[in-house]
Amino acid sequence: MSGNDVHVEFAGVSKSYDGRTLVVRDLDLSVRTGEFVTLLGPSGSGKTTILMMLAGFQTPTGGEIRIGGRPIQNLPPRKRGIGMVFQNYALFPHMSVGANLAFPLEVRGMAAEERQARVGRALALVRLEELSDRRPGQLSGGQQQRVAIARALVFEPELVLMDEPLGALDRSLREEMQYEIRRIHRSLGVTIVYVTHDQQEAMVMSDRIAVLRDGVVEQIAPPEGLYEEPERAFVASFIGENNRLHGRVAGMVDRDVCEVETGGEMVRALKVAPCEVGDHVTLSIRPERVEINPEPGRYRNELRAEVEDLTFLGDHLRVRLAACAREDFIVKIPNVLGHGGLLEGDAVRIGWTASDCRALNHEGGDE
Amino acid sequence: MAGNPARRARLRALALVAPLLIFVGVTFVAPLATMLMRSVHDPVVADALPETLALLEGWDGDGLPAEAVYETAARELERSNEERTIGQVAGRVNRVQGGLRSVFTSTARELRDARLDTGAAQDTWRGTMTAIDSAWADPAPWHALRTAGERFTSRHYLNAVDMERLPDGAIGRQPEERRIYLRLFGRTMLVSGAITVLCLLLGYPIAHLIARAPPGRADLLLVLVLVPFWTSLLVRTTSWIVLLQTQGVINDVLVAIGLVGDDGRLAMVYNMTGTLIAMTHVLLPFMVLPLYSVMRGIPPQYMSAAASLGATPLQAFLRVYLPQSLPGVGAGALLVFILSIGFYITPALVGGSDGQLISNMIAYHMQTSLNWGLAGALGGILLVGVLVLYMVYDRLVGVERMGLS
Amino acid sequence: MRVNMPGLLAAVLAMAACGTGSDAPRSITTVSWGGSYGRAVNEGANIPFAEQTGIRVEVEDYNGGLAQIRAQVDIGEIHWDVVDLEIADAVRGCDEGLLERIDITSLPPGADGTPAEEDFVDDGRTECGVGNLYWSTVYAYNADNIPGEKPATMADFFDLEKFPGRRGMRRVPKVNLEFALIADGVPLDQVYATMDTPEGLDRAFAKLETIKDEVIWWEAGAQPPQMLADGEVVMTTAYNGRIFNAQVLENQPLVIVWDGQLLDVGQVGIVAGTPRLEEALQYLAFATSAESMVRIARRISYSPMRKSGMPLVTTHVVAGVEMEPHMPASPANVARALRYDWAWWVDHADELNERFSAWLAR
Repeated sequence: MSGNDVHVEFAGVSKSYDGRTLVVRDLDLSVRTGEFVTLLGPSGSGKTTILMMLAGFQTPTGGEIRIGGRPIQNLPPRKRGIGMVFQNYALFPHMSVGANLAFPLEVRGMAAEERQARVGRALALVRLEELSDRRPGQLSGGQQQRVAIARALVFEPELVLMDEPLGALDRSLREEMQYEIRRIHRSLGVTIVYVTHDQQEAMVMSDRIAVLRDGVVEQIAPPEGLYEEPERAFVASFIGENNRLHGRVAGMVDRDVCEVETGGEMVRALKVAPCEVGDHVTLSIRPERVEINPEPGRYRNELRAEVEDLTFLGDHLRVRLAACAREDFIVKIPNVLGHGGLLEGDAVRIGWTASDCRALNHEGGDE
Repeated sequence: MAGNPARRARLRALALVAPLLIFVGVTFVAPLATMLMRSVHDPVVADALPETLALLEGWDGDGLPAEAVYETAARELERSNEERTIGQVAGRVNRVQGGLRSVFTSTARELRDARLDTGAAQDTWRGTMTAIDSAWADPAPWHALRTAGERFTSRHYLNAVDMERLPDGAIGRQPEERRIYLRLFGRTMLVSGAITVLCLLLGYPIAHLIARAPPGRADLLLVLVLVPFWTSLLVRTTSWIVLLQTQGVINDVLVAIGLVGDDGRLAMVYNMTGTLIAMTHVLLPFMVLPLYSVMRGIPPQYMSAAASLGATPLQAFLRVYLPQSLPGVGAGALLVFILSIGFYITPALVGGSDGQLISNMIAYHMQTSLNWGLAGALGGILLVGVLVLYMVYDRLVGVERMGLS
Repeated sequence: MRVNMPGLLAAVLAMAACGTGSDAPRSITTVSWGGSYGRAVNEGANIPFAEQTGIRVEVEDYNGGLAQIRAQVDIGEIHWDVVDLEIADAVRGCDEGLLERIDITSLPPGADGTPAEEDFVDDGRTECGVGNLYWSTVYAYNADNIPGEKPATMADFFDLEKFPGRRGMRRVPKVNLEFALIADGVPLDQVYATMDTPEGLDRAFAKLETIKDEVIWWEAGAQPPQMLADGEVVMTTAYNGRIFNAQVLENQPLVIVWDGQLLDVGQVGIVAGTPRLEEALQYLAFATSAESMVRIARRISYSPMRKSGMPLVTTHVVAGVEMEPHMPASPANVARALRYDWAWWVDHADELNERFSAWLAR
C-alpha cells in the first residue's frame, strides 16, 4: 500500500438543500490512503454535510466523489464499506456491546466463529474486552465512544468517518480519547476523515486539517503549516491566538515583503495574499513571536508600546499592551527567565521579524 | 422534632392526591369490587325465605318436601309479596329454571286470598299451593329454590363457562342448545385479535410516517388521525353501513367501473368483514398514538448507522428499528385488544349473525335481564383474561417500557 | 359613586324571595324512547301539560330496561319521575318494588265521561303501569323492490322461493319465534301454548333456520326502514310507527303487512319513592287521558288504549292522512293480530336469549 495513493477525492462537489443556498461550494479535496484528515470549521461551515455525502446519506447537487478512483454517487451507504462513528455514537440500545459489534459482520453473512474472533479483536483494540455482555446504556460516555469506534472498525473498512465523536465527552476524557484515536489510527493504518469544530482536537490527531468556512475550504495543510503559515485571516484567527492589525500597503520592499501602515506605524510583513500598494490587508502576528524590549536594532519592526495589563498563567506571562493605536496587543513571555520586572504602565519597545508578520487578505472586505 | 416537617410534607402530599384516590376508589375500585362480589354473593333469596331454606336442608331431594316446608314457604312467600321482594326472588329462581317466575309471583300474590277464602281452603298448604299452581306438585321448584337460596354460589361462574350443577351435585356441561358463552369468549378473542393485527398493519406505517415528518406536517397528520374521535361512534358506524352495503357507495363504484357485475355485488357489511373494517377504523388511533410516541423517540441516526454498517433496509428495519419500536407495538396492541374486547355497539350494528360478542351478553344481563351476578361473572372472567395478557406483556416487553408517555 | 340604596334593597329582597323557593317553578323528569315517538309525546302530552299546570317537564331518553331505575331506587337518589316502559318491565318493576302502584280509579274519566276503569281496555292492565298506546311489530316491504305479486301473509315472509332476497329481523328471540310459528301454520291462539312446549320451541327455531342465511339482524328501530329504502333487504320486521313515518312523512313506497302482527302495549309508570310524587301523578293522569292519547296518536301511528279515545283519532296533524288504516288496533288490522304474552316472556326470556344467541353463533 503506497502512502501517496489518493483514496478519497471530491471533485467540484456542491450541495444545496433548498436549491438556492449552497452549503458546500465547489469542493476539491483529496485524502490519501492511510491519512487522517480533519474537516475543521465552525457550525454551519458545511463540514458535516461533506461527511454525510461521503457516507452516502446526502447526495451532492453537483460534482463527483470518488473512492479509490471509482465514482460512488450511485452506491447506497451499505455498499460503500465505510465505517462511521456518529455524533451520539448511535449504538443500538437493545443489543449488547458484543451484539452491536457483531451486527455488521452478521449482515455480511459471516460465520459465527469468525465473527466472535473479530468482535474479540475489536474489543481488545479499544480495551473493553470484559464489557461484551453489557448494554450500551450501562456504559460510561467514554466506554460508549470506544464501542462506537470498535463497531466502525470491526468489519475492517479501509475508510472510517467520524462526526464530532468526542463532542459529548468532558474535557479530560476528550483529550484521552484523542490520543486513543490517534493510537488506533497509527496501528491500523486506515484512512480517517474526521469532523470537528475544536481546533485543538484537530491539531492532536490529524495528518492534515481542512479549515472550512461557509462551504469553502479556506486552507488545507498539516497542523504546523496551518499554525505557522496561515494563508487566510480566518485560518490565522481560527487556529491559535494571534494579533490582528488592519492596515494598508504602503510600499513593496521586495517580492515577498511589503511595508504596511497600521495605526500610524510602518511595519514590514510577509506578503502572503497577493496585494498592491494601497490595498487593505490584515496583519497576523502570533503573540509568542513578539519580543519585549529587544536588543536595539535587532528587528526592523520595532515599535513603542505601553504595558496595560499582566496576567500570570503558569507556563507563560500574558502581557496586554497598547500599541499601533490598539489596546489589545497581546504578547506571551515564556516562563523561562522570569518576566523581566515588567510593571503595568511601563513604556516598552516591542519587535518582531518580518517573516513572523503575515499580511493576509483584509478581513473586512471578505465578509 | 426533625421528623415533624417531613411528616407534614407527607400529609400535605397525601391531602393533594386524596381527591384523585377518592375518585378512583368511588368510580373504579368500588364498582369493580361490587360487581365481582355480586358474581359470587347473592343474599336476596336467602334473606327473603330464610326459614324455608333452613327446612329444605333437611330434605333429601327425592319426592316432595314435608308439609312443614310448604307451610313455612307459604308464610314467607306472602311476606315477600308484601315487602315487594318477590319479584327479585322469583327472578332468581327463574334463572335456575326457566318458567318458575310466574309460579312464584302468582302464588305469592294469591296466597293471601286463598287464606282469607276459607271456603275454598284445602286442608294442607301443599294442597293450597298446588291449587294455585300445579307446579308445586313437582319437586322442581324446590330444587330451584334451594339452589337460588345459596348465599355464596359458584353457579354464575359455572354458567359463564357453559357449565351447570346437575341435580346430583356434580358439575356438568349445559345442554347443547344453551352453550353460548365459551363460544362467544372465543369469538371475542378472535375478533379482537384480528382487529389488533389489522390496526398494527395499518397503523405502523402511518405512525412511522408521522414520526419522521417535519414538525408542522406531523401535527397535521396527527390531527387527521384524531379526526374520527370528533364524530360520534354511532355516526361513524352508520357511515360504514352506507359505504359498504350491497347497494352502497363502494359496490356502486365497483359495478360502475365493471369490476363486479350488478348481481355479483360484494357482501361487505352485516358479516365479519363489516365488523373488522368498522372496528379497525374506530380503534386505529389507539394503535397509532402509542406507536408514534415510541417511534418519535428513536433517532433516525440508528437507521443510518445500520446502513453504514452494511445492513440492507430490510435488515436495518427488522434488526434495529422494529425491536426498538416494540414497546409501542405492545402498548398499542394491548390498548386496541382490550378496547375491542369491550366493544359491542359496532359489531352489533355492522356484524351479521356473528355480530354478537361477549360484551353484548354482559350488556344484556346488566340492562335487560338484570342478572348482575352472571354479568359480574362474565366480566370477571374477561378481567382475568386481560390481566393475564397484561402479565404476558410485562414478561415479554416490560410494562415500564410501555410507550404511553 | 353614589349607591342607589332603595334599588339595591329591592334587588336583595327579590333574590331572597327566590331563595325561599315558595314560588320556585316545579318540574318533573319524564323518561321515554326518543326519536319520532319521543317528539309525539312531547307535543301531545308534555307541552300541553306544562302550559296547563305550570310544571316544567324535563325529558330524558333511554333504551328500555330496569337497570337505571333499579340503580336510582337502590341508592335512594331518584331523579327520574315518570317512565315510559315495556309491559314486561312494568310488571317486573312492580314485583321488585321499583314502581309505585297506581289506582286506576284515580285517573280522569274518558272523553265521553266513562269512568277510567271502564274506559281503559283490558289489555295490559297492570298494578303499577297505566297503558297508554298500542304499538306493534309487523313486517314490511318496499313495493319498488318486489315486482309482481306482493307478500300478504306471515308465511310469505319465510317463503324464500316465492320472494327471494334478504330479510331483516331484530336480533332478539322475542317476536321472531312467534312469527316463525305463525308462518309455520300455528293458529294465533295456539302460538304461546306451542312455545310452552320444548317441541314447539324446536319447531320455531327450525322454521327460523330455513331463512337464517338470508337474514340481516338489526338492533336499532331506525335500521329497518333504512334497509328497505336502501334495498339491502326485500322485507324486514319493524315497529309499525317507524314504517308509518317513512311512508307518510318521507313518501317511501313502503308497505306494512298486518297479517300476524304482534300487538304490544306501552306502559307509563312512576318510579317508587320519587319526592315529586304529587306532580308525577298529576302528569300521569294528564298523559294517559283520552285527549293526550289522541294528540299523540295523531302524530305517530300508535293506537290509544282508552275506548273513548279510539274514534277521536282522525288525521295526521302534519301530513293530513287518515290515521285509521295505519293504526295497529284498528279493526281491520287487529283481525289477524297476536297479542304479546309478556308473562310468558318474563318467565322465559333468559333461557331463550341464551339459546337464541347460541343458535345465531352456530
